[in-house]
Amino acid sequence: MEEKITVREQKIVKNRTKYKMMVFGGLAVFVILMAALAPYLTPYDPYEQDLSIALQPPGGSHLLGTDRYGRDMLSRVIIGSQTTIFSALFLVAAVTCVGGAVGIICGYHGGKLDSFLMRVSDIFLAFPGMVFAIAVASVMNGGVMNAAVALACISWPKYARITRSQVMMIKNMPYIAAAKLSGSGTWKMIGKHVVPNIAGPVVVTAVLDIGTMIMEIAGLSFLGLGAAPPTAEWGSMMSNGRSMLQTSPWVILAPGCAIFLTVVIFNLAGDTVRDVLDPRE
Amino acid sequence: MENILEVKELKKTFYKNKIPFEAVKSVSFQMKKGQCMGIVGESGCGKSTTAKIITHLTVPDGGSVLLNGRETLSLKGKSLRKLYGEVQMVFQTPQDSFDPRCTLGDGIMEGMRNRGMKKRKAKERMYELLDMVELDGGFASRYPHEVSGGQCQRAAIARALAPNPQLIICDEATSALDVTVQAQIVELLKKLQKEQGLSLILISHDLALVQNLCDHAAVMYKGSVVEQGAADEVIRNPKETYTQMLVDSVFGWESPGRRQPFIYGGVCPAGCGTA
Repeated sequence: MEEKITVREQKIVKNRTKYKMMVFGGLAVFVILMAALAPYLTPYDPYEQDLSIALQPPGGSHLLGTDRYGRDMLSRVIIGSQTTIFSALFLVAAVTCVGGAVGIICGYHGGKLDSFLMRVSDIFLAFPGMVFAIAVASVMNGGVMNAAVALACISWPKYARITRSQVMMIKNMPYIAAAKLSGSGTWKMIGKHVVPNIAGPVVVTAVLDIGTMIMEIAGLSFLGLGAAPPTAEWGSMMSNGRSMLQTSPWVILAPGCAIFLTVVIFNLAGDTVRDVLDPRE
Repeated sequence: MENILEVKELKKTFYKNKIPFEAVKSVSFQMKKGQCMGIVGESGCGKSTTAKIITHLTVPDGGSVLLNGRETLSLKGKSLRKLYGEVQMVFQTPQDSFDPRCTLGDGIMEGMRNRGMKKRKAKERMYELLDMVELDGGFASRYPHEVSGGQCQRAAIARALAPNPQLIICDEATSALDVTVQAQIVELLKKLQKEQGLSLILISHDLALVQNLCDHAAVMYKGSVVEQGAADEVIRNPKETYTQMLVDSVFGWESPGRRQPFIYGGVCPAGCGTA
């Protein structure tokens, strides 16, 4: 009887995880698709200025109102998703690849190379993250790409650490020894046995980090170190509208809500990916 | 009969926080072709490290390993892969010895594919091997967590047999299994040794198993071989005090209590010649 309940409970948990994956994974895919198809979805030209309709409140023909140059806020939020989300995705992909590669080399190879690369990562970790990113972005004269590079500089050590610890955990497993005895070379072993078995925690961290990266890129843009005007980017849109927070709050609320919703969606999607990949589930 | 394996003066020291630990101090033995050799001793005495050195999974600090008269410790690249066609190993925890993301069939075929065998041929051979270890062909598509320990160990033996090796090292291959399954695996090993003319090294804590299955036995203590000889003779009439204590530590059917005090944590009590 007890066993039956356990099996039933397991089924309920499995179904719940499946349902969550469908909802949050679907929402994340929807957001990415929206960003990819943004130019076709905007009701107005997001860069066209019309001072006669400046700072119109939401409603009527402009669902989210207009900014101080009369540009449609909905169109700018939609087109802004492209810069914000794709730069965050690019950033997460870059740090996952670089940090992951460093972590695999350190964890698998060990020895002096591991000590050296880990001390380098310690140096990067020792800096206050955002301050270091501001310094790097300033030196590189701003721009979304430079902001992404600046954030990549401070983010890769986390991935290197996670990957290294995972590799160190599994490299002494008997199945790795068995693969060696099967004649698999180092690269084949890494590709076939190491990477697939450490991918779970790294992918979960990466998906959860998409939200954080969106906020950090928006933060740098808010400080004037990200996208340059007139590029529509959620952080820079908030920065441009901050003086109108009391008189025309929709100018700052529209991109702010877009950031909030996107971050929540990616965080929930990351959480669900963790549930799916966790073998205990 | 000529020697298949000669191990001379193996040494291996591990360091933890720069504190040295001599896992293998001085291990020398030799075994003949088609022979079954048992290595016994308490946990931490260096049995598994010795096995890993023989299979090239651990690099020793000194000594030599001769397989069919050929030095193996210096092998690299292709010649090392060739060595893995001659020596194979069966691990203690069968489920952990297969990649959790690969099926048992993939695990068995991996070595054959690495040696350049065509997929179709490798698949045929894999089914042949599963049959040899008395497993149904359906097990090929199962994952390690979907089968029992005994079934997984059979699959591990099939994988070890894949390259037609001359020597198989079973590193406590039955200790994680329940008693009835242990007996089945032992029977299977006996059968395969007879049929294939294999040389076997059995690393075990089970003295009865070594006495029954092995021709030759070596007793290890603190990284050295303290006694070796015919398995039956070593276990029935041990010459060394340590071997005597090891034999006496085993629970017997006839007396529910232990006949001699246990050997705790590698410390051999007074009177033990090797302490």
